[in-house]
Amino acid sequence: MRITCTINGQQQQADDVWEGESLLYVLRERLGFPGSKNACEQGECGSCTVYLDGVLACACLVAAGQAQGRDVRTIEGLAPGGELSAVQRAFLEAGAVQCGFCTPGLLVAAHDLIERQPEPSDAEIREALAGNLCRCTGYEKIMEAVRLAAARRSGAGGLPDDGTDHPHQVITRPDHPGIQRGGQQRGPAGRHT
Amino acid sequence: MGSSAGRPDGTPKVTGEFVYSSDLWLDGMIWGVTLRSPHPYARIRSIDPGEALAMPGVWAVLTQEDVPGDKVYGLEISDQPVLAVDVVRYQGEPVALVAADHPEIARQAAKRIRVDYEVYQPVTDAREALFEEGAKLHPQGNLVRHLKLRKGDPEPVADVVVTGEYQVGMQDQAFLGPESGLAVPSEDGGVELYVATQWLHVDQRQICSALGLPPDMVRLTLAGVGGAFGGREDLSMHVHACLLALRTGKPVKMVYNREESFFGHVHRHPALMRFEHGANRDGRLVYVKAQIYLDGGAYASSTPAVVGNAGTMGIGPYVVPNVQVDAYGAYTNNPPCGAMRGFGSVQAAFAHEAQMDKLASALGLDPVELRCRNAMTQGAEAPTGQVIDSPAPVEELLRRVQAMPLPPPRSPDGEPDLRDLPGGVANTTHGEGVVRGVGYAVAYKNVGFSEGFDDYSTARVRLEVLSGQATATVHTASAEVGQGLVTVEQQIVRTELGVDQVISAPKDTQVGSGGSSSASRQTYVTGGAVKAACEQVRERALAVIQRRLGCTMPDLRLEGGKVVSGEDILGGLSDLLGDEIIDETVEWRHRPTEAVDPETGQGFAHVQYAFAAHRAVVDVDTELGLVKVVALDCVQDVGKAINPQAVLGQIQGGSAQGLGLAVMEEIQISGGKIRNPSFTDYLIPTILDMPPMRIEVLEYPDPHAPYGLRGVGEPPTISSGPAIVAAIRAATGLALNQVPVRPEHITGT
Repeated sequence: MRITCTINGQQQQADDVWEGESLLYVLRERLGFPGSKNACEQGECGSCTVYLDGVLACACLVAAGQAQGRDVRTIEGLAPGGELSAVQRAFLEAGAVQCGFCTPGLLVAAHDLIERQPEPSDAEIREALAGNLCRCTGYEKIMEAVRLAAARRSGAGGLPDDGTDHPHQVITRPDHPGIQRGGQQRGPAGRHT
Repeated sequence: MGSSAGRPDGTPKVTGEFVYSSDLWLDGMIWGVTLRSPHPYARIRSIDPGEALAMPGVWAVLTQEDVPGDKVYGLEISDQPVLAVDVVRYQGEPVALVAADHPEIARQAAKRIRVDYEVYQPVTDAREALFEEGAKLHPQGNLVRHLKLRKGDPEPVADVVVTGEYQVGMQDQAFLGPESGLAVPSEDGGVELYVATQWLHVDQRQICSALGLPPDMVRLTLAGVGGAFGGREDLSMHVHACLLALRTGKPVKMVYNREESFFGHVHRHPALMRFEHGANRDGRLVYVKAQIYLDGGAYASSTPAVVGNAGTMGIGPYVVPNVQVDAYGAYTNNPPCGAMRGFGSVQAAFAHEAQMDKLASALGLDPVELRCRNAMTQGAEAPTGQVIDSPAPVEELLRRVQAMPLPPPRSPDGEPDLRDLPGGVANTTHGEGVVRGVGYAVAYKNVGFSEGFDDYSTARVRLEVLSGQATATVHTASAEVGQGLVTVEQQIVRTELGVDQVISAPKDTQVGSGGSSSASRQTYVTGGAVKAACEQVRERALAVIQRRLGCTMPDLRLEGGKVVSGEDILGGLSDLLGDEIIDETVEWRHRPTEAVDPETGQGFAHVQYAFAAHRAVVDVDTELGLVKVVALDCVQDVGKAINPQAVLGQIQGGSAQGLGLAVMEEIQISGGKIRNPSFTDYLIPTILDMPPMRIEVLEYPDPHAPYGLRGVGEPPTISSGPAIVAAIRAATGLALNQVPVRPEHITGT
């Protein structure tokens, strides 16, 4: 079958789609949007979270045919023109990205949360992201990132210069007096080829 | 160095552009799938691929007869068939492969391969496999390894003795990026494999052996890795995709789904452990005796090394004059087990830390106090007879974590926020039946490969002027699995060569082995190799510069892209380097370890020890058996935090995996079959399950290690779980000798 839908603002068409394919498969394998991830393909992990007509959905649970004529926004659509959105920048600065496989889904979910609730409490952040599994970070830096993105968005500033808002994480150098906080300035990033 | 530099792969990871192994795509590629055994133990009478091969869109169906080289492979012992040969020894063992135009066609075709099995009774208990008459699953029997540790008096006597039997369930690494990769046949008859792995060169060795091809015809490149945690040390789809690509002449992509992933990699060994601790009335340990039985499942994988760790590290970071440990690894028909973060120490820690609490209770001592009285220190002797020759601040870690502020008690009045209670918004309690407990545990872990393994990494560093800017390129084959090795490599190069512009070359087998991204070793060993390569590059660069300047200056150094002598800036590095290209490759080793004595387990087994302590606070609903971890605090010594933000990330993530094993994560096996191969039924912690963590990182430099650093990744996974179980025991007064702690263990129903 043929599927036509809007992805990140552009009309897209996929031909010869098998009826059993998911929106996730069509995005990743037919239309060149592999940013949404295939970690469980049964709606448990949230790695494939996308906006479907402005509402969060696991693309793995949406049959390709259900996307016909609809508006899909993926991780690739969060940084139009190459300018990172507030949540994307915050995830980088807070160290919320390790392997990064859960990151696209978490970013879409966090983006949605901040759009809906500009000043979420910690409990609200946890509730909103409870459908997104992350195996690397223990979620602490994801919490920091969402707080930071929300603070920036509401104009409340954000992290102090040392890049962390968490008073409970300290680096102690026994051969030096005093206690320093973890998370220093960002160094030059260099190129990754 | 010491700053939280940003990840070079960070931006592509937040934009969705980073290419993971499951994202690979080539024009004309086809899809491979695996047919797996439904039986844990059976003989294969026949395989008929005819109907599958006849399906439109199917390119190939392969069985073990199509494996041109060695038909078995393995990390330490070659005993695992590439495709089953006559016998299957676990449910999920690969039997045949299909390549087709579409993954669904391949799956449908796999279902039409007719395999005739003669089903046998599986061996599913490790101790039965070892000590009772029954099926021998491998020619040499069912024992993979027995580690014997004997130290001091064989018949010690103590004032107070406590014993216990403990069980640890089978944990899954549950990395999110599924096993996947793309194999591309090349014109020379070889193959290029793009794959997610922890060690490219150990994969290459095994693939070459199976394909019967030399290393220069099997070229590997690391694709983006979606987590690893030990689960990518063994081969998964590597040889299979190569076989299909070589047979069809087409690029072949293979991607496991989550269910297949549970069958497609090894797991953490389940363990049964008997411990006996004897101490004097003052709380000094007199002896520890332990028997540790690890179920290795159908194939050896890294079981010998896991047994080595469980045996040599199995009594915890305590000074004990008399030790008798027997650690066994067994073959059974359960899923194969091998590496997972913490590697043998995780299992033992649940037992030795429970024993320390039991002993403290018997002696009427505070659990932290008892641990401190017996804590390992620098200069102390480990059970292997090895003298701990770098800082071992075990007592300080415990005292510091104990001194951290506790979370406020639950208020007895007023309506509680359900989200803070066990059961959460499921509204199972408003506080009634909920009790709080606090528990402690301490971990130690060997860093790097042990017991005489030639553990090295290779680094190539190139310094040149590109577009007018002094630029260094760092090239290693050491796998970036999410931990941030690419960041650390760049930080080291920037520090050592004083350049801003550092390029990370793709990780591939064009450069020598970087060793495994496991055993908390990469910052130490690959970091050491990058540092050593930089030192050679710097020496040559300074020689070039002095020649150009026409003078000799012994204090010349490179800083901030400048060449500096004393306080004087002599010029820009790019100007003084000119068109010189300096390129050095170094193979770097940590100081050697040695095999332990087979009868006593004595020897210089481990190159470095790393330590962490946790305190857990839990609320337990005693009526429903639900647990809420309220706080999970940690103090860890890392020697030197090369990247503090990444260090904290390791501690937080590692602690979460320990939490998972303590209260929710277990692969349920029945009759050798996995009952819960999905994220619906195998639960890992969500953001609602993880409490906020207080963390303190100590930096006591190890004089033997580059920059004084200590491996970071594993210790937090070892002590967090035992601390949580100790807290549940403290809250409920229950013995709880089995993890994960299930609701029925608490309710007794």
